[in-house]
Amino acid sequence: MSSRSLRLGTLFAAAAVLVAACAPPGSGGAGGGSSERPAGSISTDPAKAGQVTLNVWDQEVRGGQNAQVTQLNKEFQAKYPNVKIVRTSKSFQDLKTTLRLALSGSNPPDVVEANQGYPDMVTFVKAGMLTPIDSYAGVYGWDKRYPKTLLDLNRVSADAKHFGTGKLYGISQMGEFIGLYYNKASLAALGLKPPSTWSEFTSQLATIKAKGQLPIQFGNLDKYPAIHTYGVILDQLAGKQFTRDLVFGTGKASWIDPRAVQAATTLQTWAKSGFLSPGANGLGYDDATKQFAAGKGVYLMTGTWVAADLKGPMGAKLGLVPPPPATTGGSIATTGGESLAWSITSKSKHPDVAAAYLNFLTNQHAADVMTQTGNLPAVLGPAAAALPPASAEGQMVAGWKQISAADGLAPYLDYSTPTFYDTLTAALQSLIGGQTTPQQFAQTLQADYGKFHQSG
Amino acid sequence: MTAVRGRYARRAPGEPRAIGYLYVAPALVLFGLLILVPFVQGIWYSLYDWDGLSVATWTGLGNYVALFTDPSLRGPFLHALVLLIFYALLPILVGLLLAAAMSRVRIHGMTFFRTVLFLPQVLAMVVVALSWRWIYAPDGLLNSVLQAVGLGSLAKPWLGDFNLALPAVGLVGTWVEFGLCMVLFLAGCQKIPRELYEAARLDGAGPLREFLAVTLPALRPEIAVAATLTIVAGLRNFDLVYITTGGGPGNATAVPAYEVYHRAFETGQVGSAAAVGVSLAVLIFVLTVAVSRAIEGRRS
Repeated sequence: MSSRSLRLGTLFAAAAVLVAACAPPGSGGAGGGSSERPAGSISTDPAKAGQVTLNVWDQEVRGGQNAQVTQLNKEFQAKYPNVKIVRTSKSFQDLKTTLRLALSGSNPPDVVEANQGYPDMVTFVKAGMLTPIDSYAGVYGWDKRYPKTLLDLNRVSADAKHFGTGKLYGISQMGEFIGLYYNKASLAALGLKPPSTWSEFTSQLATIKAKGQLPIQFGNLDKYPAIHTYGVILDQLAGKQFTRDLVFGTGKASWIDPRAVQAATTLQTWAKSGFLSPGANGLGYDDATKQFAAGKGVYLMTGTWVAADLKGPMGAKLGLVPPPPATTGGSIATTGGESLAWSITSKSKHPDVAAAYLNFLTNQHAADVMTQTGNLPAVLGPAAAALPPASAEGQMVAGWKQISAADGLAPYLDYSTPTFYDTLTAALQSLIGGQTTPQQFAQTLQADYGKFHQSG
Repeated sequence: MTAVRGRYARRAPGEPRAIGYLYVAPALVLFGLLILVPFVQGIWYSLYDWDGLSVATWTGLGNYVALFTDPSLRGPFLHALVLLIFYALLPILVGLLLAAAMSRVRIHGMTFFRTVLFLPQVLAMVVVALSWRWIYAPDGLLNSVLQAVGLGSLAKPWLGDFNLALPAVGLVGTWVEFGLCMVLFLAGCQKIPRELYEAARLDGAGPLREFLAVTLPALRPEIAVAATLTIVAGLRNFDLVYITTGGGPGNATAVPAYEVYHRAFETGQVGSAAAVGVSLAVLIFVLTVAVSRAIEGRRS
């Protein structure tokens, strides 16, 4: 490099530094803007709003989910011809990675689907990018439409340090729970019935294995599926309140609790005993689902979101129940919740129209549209009652009713801290692969958890 | 004086020289805006603890210190160095072997073989990664073949095995890169004067001796190019890991480029991601300079 080009380079670098180095990153962002509308000033009739364009970002790209949003958008625009909905639909992963940038821009969408928990919704609230919608909830009666547990999942505390409590920042359309899918034909051939207690279920696993079949189809190459498996075991061994305290960070529970360690021991034992697919860490989630649909594996422990995909190939052979309670007639607990929250951004110029749209997406008619398109609405409409009870969809709806009645939903474990998804998935792979002991597993989780709750 | 003026007059056209900068100015401005500014911004971000949305807090060199103290950050850099064996060393060795064989032996359909061997380099990495994910699956092609030939006991969940996942991902890199090396070396072989080989043969050199004494030294520049390209490809390897393992099992296959994406977009640690990115850029720079010095010699 000659001295001349060196000088030129320095000049460029200096100029670039000047451009960049004025303020800490993020200080030019939105901030504030989270003021709440008094209920009296809210207009519930979008028809009076004049010509309005709503920019909406959602993640409803899968078959049945896309169908219901498409239909509801069409109906909303037919009802209010002055409102134009411009929809941007991305897969969950794509939405998660691009939403931050979109929200921090000067012209964010009006309505977005935000994932619950610390990494997404809490971070957005902290940066003042979402509008609290409690007044709308009062006006539209959302607080009566939804059970408290479900509404709470979309709440963030005023200091943006906790979720599950505080102001409401969105409402969700669909319910979801981790259930036990089973192959009716395989179970019957083994002379077994769908289990009515958790211990009956676990003893079935050994029976199935002894008869040369795979008890639980399970693929964990994508890292996250084990969150659901471990969550369900934890809910049975420690109960839903323990899981809620853990995830919401109320300070009453820790990951090194003997019950959390015991749940880890159970999961590791299942892997060692061959109750799970061999080489589970090398098998993809979708591949495992396909294998189960093809008749390999008696049980599959995953969310209601694959019900429609399994129904196609399996037909009447597909069964689905919530994980059974610890004792007969005991109360049900399982990992689950609701689909991503539909939220209003704080920079939206038409929050009243956006709120009316949210109401339209989640009312009773919308619930029926969801049922007809193969989805599980969070709040069931009349159409759900008409499903044949023996079908998988009928079982799914019945299971959701049971869980709701028992207030049995425990939150997803990865909500716990902003980095917990990462920590938990890696630790679960090590646990299942036999690289770590349940105690080491618990300590890894607690290290991340303790660090966040100490500094937060 | 005249002599001096005369010498200047004989210089390349384009005097006065300053005007040269005018010609490249548009490119320089673009380079500054699109490369330098973001790079400096990246350095700036790396000094903060930032979630990407809220106001950041200054941590100074904290993010860089963490690269050494935090195993989840140290690991990816070690993995990247292991991957270099598969991404750079093996492809160059295989490429040399193939080039040496192909330049000696004349067979029919040579173009066909060359094309086939080069093919992995042409495929989109996403396609490569998806295909290998299936090949490595517990009931995938590789294990099926092992079972078919009676080696069923060697069947493994390749991408799910803590010890084998990194080499398994690395071998895909070897498969992708060796074609490029081979083509580079074949081109290099063609410019070696035939006389050198004849002289070597007259001196009684066998194929191995011939390769070591004639082909290898003549290919130095090509080897330097191949090493630079494959090292850079190995260190910025992202898509392969993202699709095949997502850094798993555990963190066994996490690499720096994947961490940059993961931290910036998935876990809201933008400052840390920037620090990893900057360090990766420095590492690539240092390694490529070292390679060109070591193999090509101090020619510049």
